[in-house]
Amino acid sequence: MEQLLVALGSMALGVGACALYFWGSNRLLDLVFPARSAHAAANIRRANLIRPWLFLGPAVIILTVYLVYPVLNSIWLSLHGRTGEEFVGLDNYVWLFGDDGFRESIRNNLLWLVVVPAASTFFGLIAAALTDRIAWGNIAKSLIFMPMAISFIGASVIWKFIYDVRAADVEQIGLLNAIVVALGGAPQAWIALPFWNNFFLMVILIWIQTGFAMVILSAALRGIPEETVEAAVLDGANPLQIFLKIKVPQIWGTIAVVWTTITILVLKVFDIVLAMTNGQWGTQVLANFMFDWMFRGLDFGRAATIALVIMALVVPIMIWNIREAQKDA
Amino acid sequence: MSGIADVRVAGQEIRLEHVSKSYGTGLAADDVNLIVPAGSFTVLLGPSGCGKSTTLRMIAGLEETTDGRILIGDRDVTRVGVAQRNLSMVFQSYALFPHLSVAENITFGLKVRKVSRAERQRRLQTVASVLGLEALLERKPGQLSGGQQQRVALGRAIIAEKPVCLMDEPLSNLDAKLRHEMRVEIRALQQQLGFTMVYVTHDQVEAITMADQVVLLNGGRIEQVADPRTLYARPATMFAARFIGTPPMNLIPASALPVEALPRGTRSDDMIGVRPEALILDASGPVRGVVRSVEYLGSDTLVDLDVDGALVQARLPGQDMPAPGTLLAFGHGPDDLHVFDPATGRRREGGVVETGLPRQSN
Repeated sequence: MEQLLVALGSMALGVGACALYFWGSNRLLDLVFPARSAHAAANIRRANLIRPWLFLGPAVIILTVYLVYPVLNSIWLSLHGRTGEEFVGLDNYVWLFGDDGFRESIRNNLLWLVVVPAASTFFGLIAAALTDRIAWGNIAKSLIFMPMAISFIGASVIWKFIYDVRAADVEQIGLLNAIVVALGGAPQAWIALPFWNNFFLMVILIWIQTGFAMVILSAALRGIPEETVEAAVLDGANPLQIFLKIKVPQIWGTIAVVWTTITILVLKVFDIVLAMTNGQWGTQVLANFMFDWMFRGLDFGRAATIALVIMALVVPIMIWNIREAQKDA
Repeated sequence: MSGIADVRVAGQEIRLEHVSKSYGTGLAADDVNLIVPAGSFTVLLGPSGCGKSTTLRMIAGLEETTDGRILIGDRDVTRVGVAQRNLSMVFQSYALFPHLSVAENITFGLKVRKVSRAERQRRLQTVASVLGLEALLERKPGQLSGGQQQRVALGRAIIAEKPVCLMDEPLSNLDAKLRHEMRVEIRALQQQLGFTMVYVTHDQVEAITMADQVVLLNGGRIEQVADPRTLYARPATMFAARFIGTPPMNLIPASALPVEALPRGTRSDDMIGVRPEALILDASGPVRGVVRSVEYLGSDTLVDLDVDGALVQARLPGQDMPAPGTLLAFGHGPDDLHVFDPATGRRREGGVVETGLPRQSN
């Protein structure tokens, strides 16, 4: 109860302080440069030069503290030892590129990168195209979109049950093994099957992201002028030709944005791997690898180095993604 | 240079028999019977919501008919798919494929029908030279002006060499000058290529200037089918009388005019139609009215008159500017009064052609 009051109180205080800041600083500015007297025009011009900075100021400061400073500090940490005290130069980078765990993570990340965005976008596009034309399409859409509302950890718990394995002589409670046994096969420890277990983990993220891709692409498909489709019908194109040659090319920009958005997400994939395998049986990925060194290996230098590698991979895609999204608008 | 003769086709007749289309409770087309003669330029004309676009889309197969039959060249196509109806269409928005170049847009239909590359190139060159698109073939639709996009849409329609071409308000997105040019051009193209044209518009000028046959629609029903001259000279209904002509025909109760001025057999509750340009200043004329207001138009002057309580517009040639309050008298030619039965809205005497006249042979 007390906690709740404290939380509510601090929320009110925070919002109030923000309001007071914007109102107060604005008022102060108007007092310093009044829009009256002989210099009214000059005063208004000066005030208008300063006003954006007053309003942007808090956001700029917060961004600096929470984004720019951590990046700079990570760079600094990556050049230091496990406690962040002694300077070691590029030792962490040398270690990283020779490390088996890092190689495995890079390989798996690349696998995720190829498979998950492609599969999510593909299934999303198919779902969007199929659900657009049928009466119960909206119900189907809600069902496909539903996993988006589940946290990655929650989704992992659900899929752990699906992949669950019991001894061959007891009843299987995992859905997948139940099916395999029912078909006369032997139960498998799916998430401990090296190499293929990566794909079983990817399925979870595809399951979640297909809904996202579907919603965005469905909106884009609806934005295609109906008359271009009718013109193609008149020209004698069949439904598949219309989809591939008329519809998909017209929403290509949106497909690219969806693809890259999921790509960025995939580069940072962490929760699913942590919850399902914790990187065992050859499923390590960069984010979990970093987490391992940070909180289990307690080596700040190495963890920061891995973090910078992830950042170096994400940033270019992010820039391209933002540019493309703005072009679309 | 490859010429027009290379893309000439034989037009086909289109016949609509008792065609109806209902949306829920409303009727977009109500028992439409129509013959579009082979090779003719037929315009579907009417105000918005009159069912002209719906009728066109039913001919195209983009809308299903609720009732009735549609025949193209003696083949019943009522339940035949769009692509099998053997026709081309130009949309109001042009419906160009934004991701394809002009050349790809024009040849898209040939490509999906698996016409050979050499044949595609040959026909593309012909169409491009006919429409003056040679220099634009590599451009994307987004890089073209409205008029150029219009030409590409035309090119896409004529390259298919179909016996029937449908156009849905193709000029409504162009400015006035370009619209005039394209009007002439589309009409010439249709006459040279010989296909049957069904053309939808709400603009009576387009209908009058381009058509062999005008189909005037109102509320899903056909008001009149006639060549432009007949439509103007002998409107079959009060709606046709008001819709054609600028300003529209005056409709006044017969009781407002002296009995001796009326055609024989006119009843006192009939409506009399007379065009503003048919009224001629004549001091001894039978139509007398007081000037209410005057509109100067440059080449002539429009006068609003009060004729025994009814508003009548007259068009005065030249620079005459009568002052409001003046009493003016008008005469008219022998065929200039049109008598309508107000109960049915139809013209009193017969003689109005119900289906289109055959094309003048020349």
